[in-house]
Amino acid sequence: MKPIIELIKELADIHGRERHNLLPILQGVVEQERYLSEYSMIEIARELDIPATEVYGTATFYSFLDYKKMGRYIIRVCKTITCSMKGEKQILLAIEDMLKIKIGETTPDGLFSLLQTNCLGLCHKAPAMLINNDVYTDLTPERIREILTSYINRKEEGGSDVN
Amino acid sequence: MGKKLKITINGEAVEIVKGTSILEAARQAGIIIPTLCYHKDLCVSGNCRVCVVELAGQKRLSPACATPCEEGMEVLTNSYKVRNSRKHIIELLLSEHNAECTSCYKNGNCELQSLASEYKIMNQDFIHLVPFHNYTIDMFSPSIIKDDSKCIRCQRCVRTCAELQGVNALTMAYKGEHAKITTFFEKAMNDVVCTNCGQCINHCPTGALVEKNYIEEVWTAIADKNKHVVIQTAPAVRVGLGEEMGLDPGTRVTGKMVASLKRLGFDAVMDTDFTADLTIMEEGTELLTRLKQALVDKDPNVKLPMATSCSPGWIKFIEHMYPEYLGHLSTCKSPQQMFGALVKTYYAKARNLDPDKIVSVSVMPCTAKKFEAARPEMHDSGYRDVDYVLTTRELAIMIKQAGIDFMRLEDAHFDRLMGESTGAAVIFGSTGGVMEAALRTAYELVTGREVPFENLNITAVRGIEGIREASIKIENPLKEWSFLEGVQLKCAVAHGLVNAKSVMDSIVSGAADYHFIEFMACPGGCLGGGGQPIPTNPEIRAKRAAAIYAEDSGMPLRKSHENPEVAKIYKDFLFSPLGEKSHKLLHTKYTARKRR
Repeated sequence: MKPIIELIKELADIHGRERHNLLPILQGVVEQERYLSEYSMIEIARELDIPATEVYGTATFYSFLDYKKMGRYIIRVCKTITCSMKGEKQILLAIEDMLKIKIGETTPDGLFSLLQTNCLGLCHKAPAMLINNDVYTDLTPERIREILTSYINRKEEGGSDVN
Repeated sequence: MGKKLKITINGEAVEIVKGTSILEAARQAGIIIPTLCYHKDLCVSGNCRVCVVELAGQKRLSPACATPCEEGMEVLTNSYKVRNSRKHIIELLLSEHNAECTSCYKNGNCELQSLASEYKIMNQDFIHLVPFHNYTIDMFSPSIIKDDSKCIRCQRCVRTCAELQGVNALTMAYKGEHAKITTFFEKAMNDVVCTNCGQCINHCPTGALVEKNYIEEVWTAIADKNKHVVIQTAPAVRVGLGEEMGLDPGTRVTGKMVASLKRLGFDAVMDTDFTADLTIMEEGTELLTRLKQALVDKDPNVKLPMATSCSPGWIKFIEHMYPEYLGHLSTCKSPQQMFGALVKTYYAKARNLDPDKIVSVSVMPCTAKKFEAARPEMHDSGYRDVDYVLTTRELAIMIKQAGIDFMRLEDAHFDRLMGESTGAAVIFGSTGGVMEAALRTAYELVTGREVPFENLNITAVRGIEGIREASIKIENPLKEWSFLEGVQLKCAVAHGLVNAKSVMDSIVSGAADYHFIEFMACPGGCLGGGGQPIPTNPEIRAKRAAAIYAEDSGMPLRKSHENPEVAKIYKDFLFSPLGEKSHKLLHTKYTARKRR
């Protein structure tokens, strides 16, 4: 992991330092850090010479730009109507039961965060969820246990969290 | 002039210049279209939809503020469809607005309330959404209260802070039903880069942003028989207060203001203009000292250009944005704080009063003055120099509460000792005024002659352009100032912090070679201050400015150094400008703050 300031400078070198270059820089920081801290937003604002409030306004507008500290794996369960009708509640319960966290929370070991998302466009394979950038569909409580176990094992094996 | 277009509004033919919006065209034709998010000072946003109109041949309604007129357009502003939609739009806005009007500070001066009253919104067809949100009230700032439950997200404050002030304390955050106007990470207003200028308050159409008022505290002080309550009035108040009393913008009410303050029960009514004159003596001397250090002593550490320090919004701005340039600020306190420091020392001594029993109140066109008075360093008299700061609006509330028939008051005069002033002090209330006052005195001090302008009016520094420049050549100075012979004194004036920013940037880049710069945080200077009557817009500012200059022309004394009470205080108490006592009571230091 690079120090954030270095990362921001590098991203600004790649994308540019104009106001409209803000989004790809925010995305780049989120990719490494999983979220945008107050510190990173201030440093991004400094790098682009724009007000920090503008960075904050932009970051809070986009669902996939988190501004609270997130776990290594961010679970986003689709909350839209098709998934809801095909058992989204059971899926959420299974996750909550297994990880002992509620929506919006992060496990104490910093491994998982549980969030909801709007439609992923996978209604034909509902219910669906994302873990970081990986898609999981046709979910059942049993599959949830398998999937989450595989992520927990990655950690125990000291494996990478590359997605 | 651009191309002319012919349109009809409600069947009446109207001819307008190409590029005019439907809203402007209707106003020119004397047809009123209601607005909320629209403000003449700001860019068009078109988000509140209250101004929708029907265009012949179009199914959807169009926002009048954001739609330019086209040849042959047939506009209907009061059709069945428009009226119904408009009513629904207001109902929808109210469904998200905490409409407990009787307990709202803006009750009686709220644009949303007026619209609801005009359209007689009696029924609630929509679910009231306020209880479903966890709205908070931010009361931590000494100047500004922000109540999200009253916000209709018109974003006037966001645009004001960005476009007029370049501060960007406020932003639109989140989206959809969660969208709100907030600061960086939803911090309290006193915790972020905010200059307390109050322009957001002046532009807010509801009670979502209001000043923190100290009306009850002042009434309590007046009622306390043991307290000697002194009030000072800023120059811009006398040309704004009349509007709150129902008079036309630009009406001067100096005498009636003084009379009403006496009726309210203040023990002494004196004038900030007195310390404005004093500021000129101190600041003018400081400028000439710096020029001498730069030109004669060739001191590389002397900071030029020197910047004025009267506007507390500007001070907080430079502390945040250009902390490495604080040395350029004049060390003079603002007239309000000079007055405060002198009331509990000079005045107390002269009147044989215990300074502990003096309550020092000021009435200002400004909300940043509330913050300034609360700064920890402003205790040089041994007490808090200014105890309470009222805005023009708060004073108007007190006058109404006291049952004073303002129009029938006989003009009264300020009390002596710190009540005498000159025309130079009055124009402090307008952009360019401090500069003009300083030049009138400094030029005469150096050359022994009056400034070479007709009737002392230095029109080059007057006006409404955001940044103005002027230079004045010094010829045949008095012997002690001979080093200034032939020097072109270069001056600049900036008002509105976004303009202050561009002047500062030109100083940072080295492109500017000014000697002296006047900065005012608010557009138009103090007369357009955040504490002035609402509404304030370009026309109203122009009228208030005309009133300020008329007041100046009508004064028997026009130059600060001719103020007899200023001469007296130097003789009896301060002894000399920049002297030891001045240094202790009238000068201050600044604090570097974070830019982000």
